[in-house]
Amino acid sequence: MSADQRDGFPGPPMFEIVIAGHGLRCPAEGRVLLEMERQGKKFLPVGCRGGGCGICRVEVLRGRYRTLKMSRLHVSVEEQRRGFALACRLVPESDLELRPARRQAH
Amino acid sequence: MALTGVLRAGFVQLRVLDMKEALTHYVDRIGLELVDQGRDGRVYLRGYDEFDRHSVILREADAPGMDAMGFKVARKDDLKTYAARIKDYGLKVGKVAAGEQPGVGKRICFVIPSGHRIELYAEMERAKNGPLIENPDMWREDPRGMRALRFDHCLLYGPNIPEVSKFFTKVLDFALAETVETPDGQIAAFLTCNNKAHDVAFVMHKDPAKFHHASFLLDSWHDVGHAADLIARYNISRDIGPTRHGITRGQTIYFFDPSGNRNEVFAGGYVYYPDSPVRTWTADQLGKGIFYYEKELNERFLGVVT
Ligand code: FES
Ligand SMILES: [Fe+2]
Repeated sequence: MSADQRDGFPGPPMFEIVIAGHGLRCPAEGRVLLEMERQGKKFLPVGCRGGGCGICRVEVLRGRYRTLKMSRLHVSVEEQRRGFALACRLVPESDLELRPARRQAH
Repeated sequence: MALTGVLRAGFVQLRVLDMKEALTHYVDRIGLELVDQGRDGRVYLRGYDEFDRHSVILREADAPGMDAMGFKVARKDDLKTYAARIKDYGLKVGKVAAGEQPGVGKRICFVIPSGHRIELYAEMERAKNGPLIENPDMWREDPRGMRALRFDHCLLYGPNIPEVSKFFTKVLDFALAETVETPDGQIAAFLTCNNKAHDVAFVMHKDPAKFHHASFLLDSWHDVGHAADLIARYNISRDIGPTRHGITRGQTIYFFDPSGNRNEVFAGGYVYYPDSPVRTWTADQLGKGIFYYEKELNERFLGVVT
């Protein structure tokens, strides 16, 4: 969805990210967690911002996206296939609906 | 020479998700020297002011964290002595052949009760372009980036802290420089084998074998400020600081490498002597112990590890 007109000025398309009922606008090529932080929002915990610590783990319920390299300790191949991701490595390709899915320390 | 047995924290082997990004971070930003890349893909680095060949080893893997931390002992015989003492204590001791890391002699390895793999070695080749020793200038080439002089220490997270503290002091002859005591017992140990305030530290954590940070020494508080400028300029993921620790008194800033491993660069800290008393922090003052200026604990610093 090309949404640049939504903002009334040229720029990357903006996607609407819904996380547990909270809204966030994230540009294409933006990383969800970094965008959230940049906008001063706090509905996901922020840790390393590098796909290593797992604290920002989410489940994508709806939408298209890609992910950058993530620690396999926190998102296995199988979990990735089922829609789990680390929000700091999550790049939207459409509007998204997410659910926080931080793994409990074992 | 009064310093015998274990001399210092000598190396740390870290796993990274992407080697190219990691090298930009460790070489261009922190300022470590690139020593070489081994046949198995591991990359060897060292601080410009270190005499030994390497002190940081990076290995590309699908999950970040620490593979092992190595301590250098004074003499080859020490390896035998410590191997026997570690076995007596009840831990299994393994051997790593000379040359497994280029330029490094035989190592012994063991897993401590916090789940971390620790190694001891006696021999490492001298760095080719190490610090000057005749009418020595400060450095050969002007240092890059944060201008880290050397790898200094690690903080590791895991269970069984009182046992780990006892192991390092009773078996490896470290001293407990500083400790954190709660009504439920010891939850952190800052351990030294020389004049530094710590060579390794441990904090209680449910999961074993977790890595909190690897730390690099800077010259001064001004350099900590310069590191902060680089962190801002290059959008390095900052954790906290510049600030100061009550514990060890280091002036510090924390940030993450591109794979999420935490790093510290710091200056200062007190000089430890074998006759120094143990310094103790209590749970109610722990905020000040960890962040002396903020005086409050921070969830990310306490909970985020690789
Ligand atoms: S913040 Fe550490 S994995 Fe996302
Ligand atoms: Fe430290």
